[in-house]
Amino acid sequence: MKHRKSSQLLQQLVFVGPSIVFFILIIVVPFLLGMYYSFTDWNGVSENINWVGFDNFLHIFANDPKFQTAFWFTVRFTVVGVVLTNIIGFFLAYFLTKPLKTRNILRTIFFMPNVIGGLLLGFIWQFIFVKGFSAVGDVTGWSFFNLPWLGDEPTAFWGIVIVFVWQTAGYLMVIYISSLTNVSPDLLEAAEIDGASRWQVLRSIILPLIMPGVTICLFLAISWSFKMFDLNLSLTKGGPFGSTESVALNIYNEAFVNNRYGIGTAKALIFFVIVAIITMIQVRLTKSKEVEA
Amino acid sequence: METTKNYRFSTIVTEFIMVLIGLLFLVPFYFLFVNSVKTFGDLLTNSAAWPEVFQWGNYANAWEKIKFPSALMNSLIVTVVSNLLLVLISSMAAYRMVRSDTRFNRILFGMFIAAMVIPFQSIMIPLVTVTSNLGLIDSLGGLIICYLGFGAPMSVFLFHGFVKSVPLEIEEAARVDGSSVYGVFFRIVFPLMKPMYVTVIILNTLWIWNDYLLPSLILQSSNLRTIPIATFALFGQYTKQWDLALPALVLGIMPIIIFFLLMQKYIIQGITAGSVKG
Repeated sequence: MKHRKSSQLLQQLVFVGPSIVFFILIIVVPFLLGMYYSFTDWNGVSENINWVGFDNFLHIFANDPKFQTAFWFTVRFTVVGVVLTNIIGFFLAYFLTKPLKTRNILRTIFFMPNVIGGLLLGFIWQFIFVKGFSAVGDVTGWSFFNLPWLGDEPTAFWGIVIVFVWQTAGYLMVIYISSLTNVSPDLLEAAEIDGASRWQVLRSIILPLIMPGVTICLFLAISWSFKMFDLNLSLTKGGPFGSTESVALNIYNEAFVNNRYGIGTAKALIFFVIVAIITMIQVRLTKSKEVEA
Repeated sequence: METTKNYRFSTIVTEFIMVLIGLLFLVPFYFLFVNSVKTFGDLLTNSAAWPEVFQWGNYANAWEKIKFPSALMNSLIVTVVSNLLLVLISSMAAYRMVRSDTRFNRILFGMFIAAMVIPFQSIMIPLVTVTSNLGLIDSLGGLIICYLGFGAPMSVFLFHGFVKSVPLEIEEAARVDGSSVYGVFFRIVFPLMKPMYVTVIILNTLWIWNDYLLPSLILQSSNLRTIPIATFALFGQYTKQWDLALPALVLGIMPIIIFFLLMQKYIIQGITAGSVKG
């Protein structure tokens, strides 16, 4: 009996031990430590760390207009980015589940930007916005292309949105394709015989049936856009004048540029709480809309 | 007759529009490749045109400036080793957690799931402190250990769902034949998990290969730079030197594009399977 117990313990250690160790060292300890730092005035280097209570949080809410700008930028970006990338991803999938001759190669093309990391993509598009767009503008004469794209507040926002959609729509397309191919053709045929229009079929039959796919895609798109960092860094670095600084970039700058670890970790904690709340609301909302055929 | 004709016509129109959108998606790549082989003057005057002369020397220059062989090697080491270890430790953990449904394991699994919600930026600041105290800073090994920690929750989660579908009878038969628990896992369960570790490897590869932020915090020496870090350093040093930056970007995206084109089938399957469970 005793032997058995000790062999169970050994198995637990061998099988689960390594994962637990890395998980605790790399996620749990920093997470708890971050909570502690967020109530201190630590600068990242100094030996003395003073407990300051809620001062950091008060500072962030009352005296940090840059964080508020970053927060609203991130919210606007998330709303616009999530809606656009899902609509485009869905329609790419919708048309690429039709019997097109080129559909396999098109699927490859639409997905391809996604395998490239955000940092390199951002640099590629920096060139497109700076040189490529003006060249297209010269050829076509369309003033749209001659805008100062990354150099001006409103267009810089849309610049990041364009690159984000270009990068992520293909990924969502793949998920939507797999949802769409699961919709039974019999159902669609039946609806057509009953005289439903293409729009009605899409809205009343296809959409409710692919709701699990929609949940996943919304979830992914929200989490990508809300946590956007790489694209932001390589496209605009938050500029012009901090107008396109995401929360993630703001946290990074606070800690590693301004060396205010206390305030940085406080922001990081706020960021975590918001992400957790959004995730929970979103999963609950869309799960309740799922229908079974 | 009327309907089939209509059908064909609308398919052709759809096809045409989709091909146009496809070309639109490829335009950035056109700009990238075409301009990467132009002289600086040619590139400035008209970046939309086909190159007048192909200046392949741009690539030799970029190759040297980002120390491409070293960056590629570092990226490969980090991605491959992290992947292998992650598959090993997380499949083992998931197996044990399913087969031994104790209170401890249930709580642990709950913690793994909860941790998947934590954004990286929320813990990166104290992570720097923790890793430097543990001596993990500025080494590829240290970076790999970080990936094991960050990758474990999702990998365990994916394997956990899969192990539940492995029938217990097979294992029991092997146990009766005298295999140890470890033997059963490595000889019977692990080979059965192949579809899932393909998924896990694909998802982790796309993440680790392209990751910039974590390596930028952990690595300092220039000879340890991975591809994203080396590219970022180049952009910091030579702003607006597009005849150097563009070939560097082409070199940087090549390995992952080739990987994608070769493994496309698995990648599409992998992200479908992975996201349906996520």
